[in-house]
Amino acid sequence: MALESKIPAGPLEEKWDNHKFDIKLVNPANKRRFDIIVVGTGLAGASAAASLAELGYNVKVVTFHDSPRRAHSIAAQGGINAAKNYKNDGDSVYRLFYDTIKGGDYRAREANVYRLAQTSVDIIDQCVAQGVPFAREYGGLLDNRSFGGAQVSRTFYARGQTGQQLLLGAYQALMRAVHSYGVQLYPRTEMLDVVVKDGKTAGIVCRDLNTGEVFSMAGHAVVLATGGYGNAFYLSTNAKNSNVTAAWRAAKKGAYFANPCYTQIHPTCIPASDEFQSKLTLMSESLRNDGRVWIPKRMDDTRSADQIPEADRDYFLERRYPAFGNLVPRDVASRAIKHEVDAGRGVGPLKNGAYLDFTESTERLGHAVIEERYGNLFEMYERITGEDPYKLPMRIYPAVHYTMGGLWVDYNLMSNLPGLFVLGEANFSDHGANRLGASALMQGLADGYFVLPYTIGDYLAPLLGTKPLSIDDPAFTESEHSVEEQTRRMLSIKGTKTVDEIHRALGHVLWDNCGMARSEQTLNKALAEIPAIREEFWKNVCVLGENESRNQALEKAGRVADFLEFGELMVLDALKRNESCGGHFREEYQTEDGEALRDDENYAYVAAWEFKGTDTEPVLHKEQLNFEFVHPSTRSYK
Amino acid sequence: MSNAAMRITLNVWRQPSPEVDGKFETYDVPGVSPDMSFLEMLDLLNERLMHDGKEPIAFDHDCREGICGSCGFMINGQAHGPERATATCQLHMRKFHDGDHLTLEPWRAAGFPLVKDLIVDRSTFDRIIEAGGYVSVGTGGAPDGNLIPVPKPVADAAMDAAACIGCGACVAACPNGAAQLFTSAKLEHLNLLPQGQAERWDRTINMVETMEDYFGSCTNHQECEAACPKSISIDFIALMNKDYAKAQLKQRRLVGQSFP
Repeated sequence: MALESKIPAGPLEEKWDNHKFDIKLVNPANKRRFDIIVVGTGLAGASAAASLAELGYNVKVVTFHDSPRRAHSIAAQGGINAAKNYKNDGDSVYRLFYDTIKGGDYRAREANVYRLAQTSVDIIDQCVAQGVPFAREYGGLLDNRSFGGAQVSRTFYARGQTGQQLLLGAYQALMRAVHSYGVQLYPRTEMLDVVVKDGKTAGIVCRDLNTGEVFSMAGHAVVLATGGYGNAFYLSTNAKNSNVTAAWRAAKKGAYFANPCYTQIHPTCIPASDEFQSKLTLMSESLRNDGRVWIPKRMDDTRSADQIPEADRDYFLERRYPAFGNLVPRDVASRAIKHEVDAGRGVGPLKNGAYLDFTESTERLGHAVIEERYGNLFEMYERITGEDPYKLPMRIYPAVHYTMGGLWVDYNLMSNLPGLFVLGEANFSDHGANRLGASALMQGLADGYFVLPYTIGDYLAPLLGTKPLSIDDPAFTESEHSVEEQTRRMLSIKGTKTVDEIHRALGHVLWDNCGMARSEQTLNKALAEIPAIREEFWKNVCVLGENESRNQALEKAGRVADFLEFGELMVLDALKRNESCGGHFREEYQTEDGEALRDDENYAYVAAWEFKGTDTEPVLHKEQLNFEFVHPSTRSYK
Repeated sequence: MSNAAMRITLNVWRQPSPEVDGKFETYDVPGVSPDMSFLEMLDLLNERLMHDGKEPIAFDHDCREGICGSCGFMINGQAHGPERATATCQLHMRKFHDGDHLTLEPWRAAGFPLVKDLIVDRSTFDRIIEAGGYVSVGTGGAPDGNLIPVPKPVADAAMDAAACIGCGACVAACPNGAAQLFTSAKLEHLNLLPQGQAERWDRTINMVETMEDYFGSCTNHQECEAACPKSISIDFIALMNKDYAKAQLKQRRLVGQSFP
């Protein structure tokens, strides 16, 4: 099947407006005749569900959390970008578009990214109207700050809890829709299959996490807003329950998975302390506005950080990238830190980090300003490490944070499976090979508030008068049986390895061989090792308890089973992309000074993979990326 | 920082389901590193339990960064344990001592029915929000963000309230099982802001009365503030009470309106 991106023709700045006019509409009185299922209640899912319900559609919302408010969007710290130019520093929609395309290393669609930049301004207005308590200046107007990868101040924030406040805004809009527009909410419900009938998405199959009951839900359209797959690596900054299951099960039903090798490693996380570590904690990128990254010049320097004089410190980001300094994009900063640590110059008990130092900015701005800006982050750091960052510099190291890859979608955010829409981190669309800071919140809300509510009508309008498929149809009952069968199988193995032990083994293989740097050799090694781990899982996993009451090990087992299949695809995609771009760094393809070396001639495409069975190689479909408005150049932050 | 492994004895509430009686089980947990988080210690215990063929302890958790509000249980009678302003997932074992005996119980409140072991159902909080914890603006058509100036002290106070993570520790810590701290934080976040004024009185009545359907009454013990992982101030309860009294007056019939 050919991939039709449905990018509208015409000038860049008119594409979205023209498209909105050209696509079909559903009459307001007819919207209630359509049932839409939204899976996931993060920024993208909650904002989409609320907006669709306000339009008049019948909306059902599924989340595995106990409340929609707990989705992992809540943990985003730093901020949300918008091209408001409130700071009078030369920002514009075009500049935000350009920065995002360049930051994504020219592996995203121009039209999508331009639309994202256009809608960014509406997002801020919408959130302010909802009562999101953004930071204010003394005159009462909105405050902005700069953020990694940008040379303008366009980031709106609510202390270090921007994701929380934006999610609560979307959650409150959703709860209003539950109250006023009849949205049906299914908490503690996990989607375990997408049902397809006659080439169209017919609904989903879910499991009630408290009772184990498996049941079907039919609708005219299904919207997946189920986040990214960073937890394939076991250790990441994602929440413990974040998973690839919804997206992967859709992929197994025919939805193409695009660019799975594009994973973002965030430069400023707290280094792991030892092997029992359950997750890694991110320290907001905003810290790099006032913090300076350095390591001791001498390899064997055992002095405490505050005893090392300026002359003996190497501020390597400032040295290597004088124009952007500590504010280089995430992929660039991460690799630079890895480079120093790999060379044996790391700091901390395990020599696995670099310093992030606030001494200079505290002297310049005063303790009070630093506390106002970063107080909660400093407290969090102290709680986790037992060290006071006001006295000693923080220790940081990169960690898996975000995944740019995801299910392939067209300009309407519809996957190749008609009726299956994918929003937010779960799709692949806007960040190319690397995402800029403060752009994830922007994309999630753009998709949910301002893109899907228009574009879904184009799919639904011709379906007027049709009923959703009956849940008694064999397509549903067969899918329910296969879900129940998988549960039964996992409970019956009664092996000796816990789910976490197997997950950790997979994580090690992926991090060592398909992490911040990859090569043909390491990727082939991973491809040889993953099937063995998968086999071990299905022979020797230990899942105790029963299906009929809350069973967290069983839930986790299902998710790890999917990571074990998906991880292989991620490695394969990395192996087939013989270039370095953004978060995908192949050691064979780098410039003399160690920067990513793209191959635009051969790899300026989206790799969309079609699943063909667990032990069969998937089929690659290519969507060529055409750059009509921006000329791809070598990314330079020097 | 000492890295010597600690030995902790845990007394944990085990209850397979709401229909079955629960009881305490005692577990000996050697080899606990001071750098572990409290939940990582439970992970360790659960791994060992599974290797012994025993079902792991069920507890809610997700972000492990103290922001999602999923985690939380009583540790020796204190919601989220002994460290102030700290959710259970951010509590680290260096705050405890080798040989400590710790009793873990779920939140106990009529408004939070038990699901399993340390997990309770907090969906009543969603009912309170559903009753009015929002500004009724649909998507689209919002005026420019800077058309609504908000004085910085007001924005800061609203943010102090909005920092609530909805974990339920305030209810669990309250001898009355009251949800005043949660409700007032959610209410006053919006009532303080200019955007929240149009619905202020309706919102107050609807949220307060929904709260009273599920939770106990406030008798000013202030245990909630002490337990709150985000240090939400009980000042917001005072503001809520004031708003509720005013709302009773404001809700009287306006000129030209008929009685409902």
